[in-house]
Amino acid sequence: MRHNFRFAGTGGQGLITAAIILAEAAIEDNKEAVQSQSYGPEARGGSSKADCIISDDKIWFNRVVCPDVLLVMSQEAANKYTGDTDENSIVVTDSLFVKDVPGKHKQRIDLPITHTAVEQCGKTLFANIVALGAIVGLTHCVTDKSIENAVLGRVPKGTEEANKKALKAGMDLVKQFAK
Amino acid sequence: MGMEQLVEKYFRPGRLPHIWCPGCGHGIITGAIVKAVDKLGLSKDEVAVISGIGCSSRASGYLDFNTANTLHGRALPIASGLKMANPKLKVIVPSGDGDATAIGGNHLIHAARRNIDLTLVVYNNSIYGMTGGQYSPMTPKGSKATTAPYLTIEPAFNLLDLAKAAGATFVARSTTFHVQNMVDCIAKGIQHKGFSIIECVSACPTNFGRQNRMGAAPKMMEWQRDHAVMVGAWNRMDEETRAKAIADGKFPIGVLYENNDVQEYTEAYDDLIKRAQGGK
Amino acid sequence: MSIKLLQGNQAVVEGAIAAGVKFYGGYPITPSTEIAEQLSARLPQVGGKFMQTEDELAGLGAAVGASMGGKKAMTATSGPGFSLKQEMLGLACTAEIPVVIVDVQRVGPATGQPTSPAQGEVMMSRWGTHGDHWVIVVSPVSVPECFWLTIRAVNLAEKYRVPVIILMDEVVGHMREKIELPDDYSTIKTVERKRPTCKPEDYLAYGTTGDDLVPPMADFGSGYRWHVTGLIHDDTGFPKGTPEGTVNALNRLHDKIYNNLDDIVTFEEYKMEDAEYAILSFGGAARTAYDTVDMARKEGIKVGLFRAITIWPFPEKQVKALAGKVKGILVHELNYGQYVLEVERVVSGKCPVWLYGKYDNSSATPQQLLAELKKHTGR
Repeated sequence: MRHNFRFAGTGGQGLITAAIILAEAAIEDNKEAVQSQSYGPEARGGSSKADCIISDDKIWFNRVVCPDVLLVMSQEAANKYTGDTDENSIVVTDSLFVKDVPGKHKQRIDLPITHTAVEQCGKTLFANIVALGAIVGLTHCVTDKSIENAVLGRVPKGTEEANKKALKAGMDLVKQFAK
Repeated sequence: MGMEQLVEKYFRPGRLPHIWCPGCGHGIITGAIVKAVDKLGLSKDEVAVISGIGCSSRASGYLDFNTANTLHGRALPIASGLKMANPKLKVIVPSGDGDATAIGGNHLIHAARRNIDLTLVVYNNSIYGMTGGQYSPMTPKGSKATTAPYLTIEPAFNLLDLAKAAGATFVARSTTFHVQNMVDCIAKGIQHKGFSIIECVSACPTNFGRQNRMGAAPKMMEWQRDHAVMVGAWNRMDEETRAKAIADGKFPIGVLYENNDVQEYTEAYDDLIKRAQGGK
Repeated sequence: MSIKLLQGNQAVVEGAIAAGVKFYGGYPITPSTEIAEQLSARLPQVGGKFMQTEDELAGLGAAVGASMGGKKAMTATSGPGFSLKQEMLGLACTAEIPVVIVDVQRVGPATGQPTSPAQGEVMMSRWGTHGDHWVIVVSPVSVPECFWLTIRAVNLAEKYRVPVIILMDEVVGHMREKIELPDDYSTIKTVERKRPTCKPEDYLAYGTTGDDLVPPMADFGSGYRWHVTGLIHDDTGFPKGTPEGTVNALNRLHDKIYNNLDDIVTFEEYKMEDAEYAILSFGGAARTAYDTVDMARKEGIKVGLFRAITIWPFPEKQVKALAGKVKGILVHELNYGQYVLEVERVVSGKCPVWLYGKYDNSSATPQQLLAELKKHTGR
């Protein structure tokens, strides 16, 4: 089984961190994982994309050619990256930012990701973890235990509870869509 | 110890005669370095001499220490790495005015800024000698050079003000006419814990002197005698007298600035290692 | 062993620590900066030292100075910085100062594209500094290989007293992947440079004995006073500019490497046993090739991968043998065509050599490389 994920949005939304956490969770599950990213010179703003591939087998080519799941957290990212999707792809959007999903896809799932982060955790900066919860809830690409451990291993001290809450909130968002 | 015994003790057998022209001041400066080392009673094994490229930089090869004749302008970074690897070494950097202030100018200000314990001896003969007499950043404005047939229009650096502003904690100047003073300055610079610079005014009769009608070597040394003023006397001058002295091209010699209150770089790094390893 | 997700650049850092590197001098530059950042934290923990220098030239200069002082030393950089370091690299070659230089390539020339992958420094890594000179260049394909190849690079630098370049690319430098790290680095085999054992007065700084063309090197300050110079020198270490002295000096710098190719040259063959065609690649570009080989074989094309790990000295013997075995070699590299020139020279018409050089600031997908392969295999 191989999962090809792409998380795309604006620099500063924490999407590269989300992809790293997902890859770390996969490794805890004894799977293969590679993570890569592309970004411009800006640390904040500008477009940002992170790829994460999880597989039972060795992964060589490290970029996602056609994502199984594409997460878009800005309209610009939706415009730019849905060109790589096909009729089997699931596109997850943050409904606060994304109106149109132009490219091919099997399913479009609009989620109030940033809205949920603010409502339940008090800050937009938890949006990446909410998104991660949603992705794991949709695909079960990693175990719930591993994703929680991986999140807790990466986040700043003192924010553990809020992040756990964000992860759970993300999973709850997709209950109705989960396989 | 007389010069012959000093040569016997500190110069490498078979490496002399040196390449410097008759009348060149660089032998006097190299001799002063050796005298300073001898005066301080340092062992030859604990001294490193790291030079760049140019007439002055050939000094390293003649001296029986741990020596390197490296790349043009790059002696200070190499010396810095060496000092970091072995802070017990006394690292002396002989460097020409072009080597130290033009191609190596950036390294000079940053070595000074770090206050790393190196002793930079600038052999300042106001010209690129090895390539045949082109002007350097230390060539006085209005001088003739092979690349300034219509006289230089660029002002020279005030090297010691530059070094001091960059963070050097020991600043001195001397001339090849004032050998004893030069030996004292270099010895104090080696002893000083931090970045030291000693500007040694040297004569290049072949390239600078001839193009600028300064006369032969003895005349150029007389020029040094007539223009250098001991720092004590210089400091006692009233403002008007000093302004006139500067207008006449005079300059102070001796130890011009020393600050022992700034932590030396390799010592600061040892503290950093303690912090990294969990100490206070 | 502990299993971790590490970035390629991070794995270089751990490899350096494991190899016993105790000094780093360098200047920040994308996409290699993580190496400097993490060594600034790691080195003092093991009693080593990190120096952020005023420029790229000083970074390698300080590493050369620290190596003269007896420490294993390295620097890291990317394209523009690698250009700036070339003169100092030449000094390290001729004065035989062990040092490791990491170049995480990006798109060039000039500023190019700092965060995009390319392999445009293949020829510069071999011929970048002026004058005849010989270096060792290795190129990792994966995060685990970044770790082990950094250790090997340090070991080779110490063993042969030569600058060793770790030629990486943004693909491998910035990606994260699973790596098993040894818990105890002291169990890893490391190499210390040969130091003199004779009396100091008998020490000939560049004197060699018999077939061993690598002279013992004394630490500055250890009681053996010797002279380092960038001038052509004889075994005393002092300048000797005669025609014969020049030839002897250069010959030894060449022979100390090229007489030991079996020790220095490493490569990997993937599914080459029955291959009718070969893809020849290295570094990040080779990641695409593994997948292409598998895809092509599913379609019945018998193709394998020859991956150069030591890219310089060129694996001449191995590529010659390869040319005698396959119907054609497809070279894949992320540039307009550099390594292919050396492949063509060595293959010398024995079989067709094709190039898929990609220089559009991204890696080739396995599908793209497969399409190129099919153009030549005719199916």
